[in-house]
Order: sequence, then C-alpha cells, then structure tokens
Amino acid sequence: MPMLNRRAFGAFALIGAILLALVAGFAWAAGWLGGSRISGGDITAALEANSGGTKPGYRRAHAKGLCFTGDFTANGAGRALTTATALRAGTLPVLGRFSLAGGNPLAGDGRNVFHSMALLLKTPDGQEWRMALDHTPIFPVADVAAFIALQRATTPDPKTGKPDPAAMKPFLAAHPEVKAFQAYMAKAVLPNSFANATYYSINAFRFTDASGTTRFVRWQFVPEAPLAGLDKQHLDQLPRDALFREMIARTAKGPSRWHLLLVEANPGDVTDKATVAWQGPHRTIDAGTLTIRATQPEETGSCRDLNFDPTILPDGISLSDDPLLAARSKGYSSSFTRRAGEGPHPSAIGEGLTKGAQQ
Amino acid sequence: MTRPSPDFHPVLRVLHWLMAALVLAMLFIGVFMVSTSGPAYVMLLDLHRPIGIAILILVLLRLPLRLATGAPALPEDLAPLQKRIAGGSHVLLYAALFALPLIGWGMLSAGGYPVRLGGGIVLPPILPHDLALYALLRAAHTAIALAFFALILLHLAAALMHGLVRRDGVLRGMTTGHAPSPAAPPADDDKGEQTATLPA
Repeated sequence: MPMLNRRAFGAFALIGAILLALVAGFAWAAGWLGGSRISGGDITAALEANSGGTKPGYRRAHAKGLCFTGDFTANGAGRALTTATALRAGTLPVLGRFSLAGGNPLAGDGRNVFHSMALLLKTPDGQEWRMALDHTPIFPVADVAAFIALQRATTPDPKTGKPDPAAMKPFLAAHPEVKAFQAYMAKAVLPNSFANATYYSINAFRFTDASGTTRFVRWQFVPEAPLAGLDKQHLDQLPRDALFREMIARTAKGPSRWHLLLVEANPGDVTDKATVAWQGPHRTIDAGTLTIRATQPEETGSCRDLNFDPTILPDGISLSDDPLLAARSKGYSSSFTRRAGEGPHPSAIGEGLTKGAQQ
Repeated sequence: MTRPSPDFHPVLRVLHWLMAALVLAMLFIGVFMVSTSGPAYVMLLDLHRPIGIAILILVLLRLPLRLATGAPALPEDLAPLQKRIAGGSHVLLYAALFALPLIGWGMLSAGGYPVRLGGGIVLPPILPHDLALYALLRAAHTAIALAFFALILLHLAAALMHGLVRRDGVLRGMTTGHAPSPAAPPADDDKGEQTATLPA
C-alpha cells in the first residue's frame, strides 16, 4: 500500500497543480491578479466624479440630449474609398442624437464644450454604422489614461465650482497635447445652433475599397446652414435649453442638411492620435447628404436606448490603431450598462414638454 | 441512455475536445475583455461573438448525438451519490453551453446592438430592444459564465481523479478510447463499437 499511496499523492499533486494553474490564469485574464488595468468602471467613475456624483439613468457623458430622425442619401462617390453598403447610391433612414458634453442632464447650454451629433446608419442587410461626432476636429487627449487624468484635473472644486488650478497645472505639464485643443476651443467659433456646426469623426478609421486597398480616413458632416457663433463672453446669460429649443423650432419649420465629407489621410498624417489635426489640402469626397427632418425628446425618440459606439462599423470600414477608439467603446458600454440597470429618467427637453402640456 | 461501449461515440469525443478548447478560450476572452479599455477590448469582443455562435451551433449538433448514442456506464464501485452528481453536472454543463451563447445573443438584441459575426454577417435580434431586459441578461451572462468556469474546474478535477487516481477507464472513454478486448479480433475501436451495437 505505501507504493499506492505515493502514487496517489503524486496524482493529487498533479491534479491540484493543473487546477491551480487554470484558476491563476483565469484570475490574471480577469485582471484580478498582477496589474493596473484601466476598466470601463474606471472611466465612468472619473466621469461621475467630474459631474458631481452619479446621475442615475443618464449617459455618464453627453447626458443632455435630443433625438432626431431623417435620412441619408449617398451619391455613391464614397465607394471609391469603401465597400460599406451605407455609401452605395441610395437613401437610408437615419436616427441620431444631438447632445452637449458633460454628465449633468439638466446643465445649461451656455458652455464652451463639445456640441455633438450621434448617428445610426443601418442598411437593409442589418449592418450598422454608428457614429459619435463632435464639433471639434480634434480631441483633448490621445488615450484613456490621459482621459481619466483630464476628468480628475477638471473636476470642479465644490467650494469654488471651478477646477482646482493646483490640479490643472501638473496635468497640463504632463499632457502638453491638451494645449492644441485648448487653443482651438479658445479661438474657434462656438456654433449658435446644432444645425450650423460641422461634426467630426474625431478619430481616423481604415476604409477598404473593392480592390482591397486600405486607406486612413477621417470624416465630417458639413452643414448647409452658415456658421454663426454664440457670444462666448456672455454664455451664462443663455437660457438653459436655448440650443435645444432653437433646434426643435428650426426643425419644425424645415429640414437641416449636412454633406458627408470623407477626408483621406496624406502620407505622414497622424492616424493614431485624435489630438493632432490634419493640415493642408487633402483628397476629399462628398459622399452624400444627411437631412434631419424631425426632433423628438428622449422620452419618445429612439435615440435614448442606443449606445452610439463609434466602433460599431459596417464591413468596409474598420478601426485605426488609435487607442482612443477602444477606450471610447468601453467607456460608452460601461455607461450604457449602468444606465440600463438604473432605468430611464426624464430629459431636460422632455421635462419642458411636460410643463408645456400642463399649462 | 447507457452505452454498451466503454467509450463515448468518436464524434462526441472530437466535439467534446473542440468545444472544451473553444469554451475555455471564451471564458478567458470574456473576463479579459471586460477588464480592459485597451485595444484588446474591441479585438476580443470581435472574437467573442462568432466563437459564441460557433459553440451554440456545435452544441446543437452535440446534444442530439449524445442523446442518441448515450454515455458509457460509470464504474460499478462508484457511490450512487457520486453517480448522481456526475449526471447532474453533465446536465448543467450542457445547459450552460446553450444558455451562455443564447443569453449573449439575447442580451445584445435587448441592448439594441447588432450581433456582428464579421465579414458583414449580422444576426437578427432574438429579443425586443428593452434596456431593463438588457441589464438583467448582462448580469446573468457574467454570473452564469463564472459558475460555468467553476463547474468546468469540478468536471476537470473529477475527470483527472478518474484518469490519474482511480485509473478506471472513465477518462479514456472521452480521450483515446479503450483497446479492443483480447478476445475480440484486432479491430478499430469505432468498428468494434458498431459491430457491438448492431442487432444480430
């Protein structure tokens, strides 16, 4: 029997070692062991803190929004760059969402922040092209670690209501890339309507054409309405929902249009950092016209329960090596899962509608 | 159904090991992708969906075959309780093989997401777009996946106990199979089985 016992002991040790190795490997894969990995929860936590705490039921960023519907008519010219069926000549229904940056769903519109448009283009084959576009051609930071640091540095001090300069200074010293964005925001016209802003893809993407050639592309929706700006010196005097109300009133009178311009990267253009603008002339293709025909508050529109994740792309368009894309996808997904569990809450515009109905 | 042969049907054995590799890969991919916001997140998510659907298709082939061909009898000296645990754990393993891909597909449907398998292939939704349902299924997907991993560890531990400690041929019934008994003419294991199950 001693022989058998020794053999059994060896077998037990081997079984234990195999199981332990699996558990350890699993724990490593899950990030429970050995590593400082930035999770989606880290992104949403930084956004929530920046907004003065969790606002249950709302997007953790761009919480204030308005749904819209319309259509996109492709002229077929985009097929020179991509096989994506959405750019085949023809008209598709679209839905989307206008929003302003920040985690406060009831914040005032008079802020020098991102004015944004989210879009969903769905082709009959079930493929989707989701976009989350901003009115600036560049983004303040290039990766997720810097994004979280930015949220922390710009978190308002509860006493003053303004970011603590003592936190901002070392952040800017460590992230000189933010200066390009700050300079842009200080100088650029802040559109006085959602309808006259150009909305940019922020990141570069890979477009693949029918011959299999892949090119880097950024895109933008350029409005037909002429750009006019808000008075940046007196933003605080703007009524709380001025921009959203203007868009609702404008759309009730008639549609607004944008042209989708596909901008192909020149050799040497930075394609993996959204902080760097592309300078000089570029091959640009007008791929079609977006027409927004109606707006709906989030309570009745279709945009609220969608995640406008810019990594949801049709065949023919794929991600670039820009690490911000995965971070955006992850952050949006975490925010989406959290608010899904919390249940929907009233929007600023819906709140106004309810009041109007009661009068 | 108890199978006269001490080995599982050869096709079941191939499916078992193929799915074991896929399922373990999926569990590791799953926990890794939810833990990171780095570029691996999107890459792993793009693998997670088609592999999940592949597992669903494989289990749809495997379960009818398993029900039709049965499982070899467990050793007679095994305690009845152990036999019952073995049977119950196999039911749960099959249930998880169906539940996880279906919940994943249903969860994306409820979240309003396209279920992209790559190459422009998009599966239709199997549940209505409903965020409360999405939240519920999203939580269930994680909980069941973790329970599945624990169950797989138990299954593996039991298999290794049979193979390394008891050496009772149970593990071999899912791997190389048993050599034909000395009395029988030397023949391929599969053929031996077929002969054994053919009516006289």
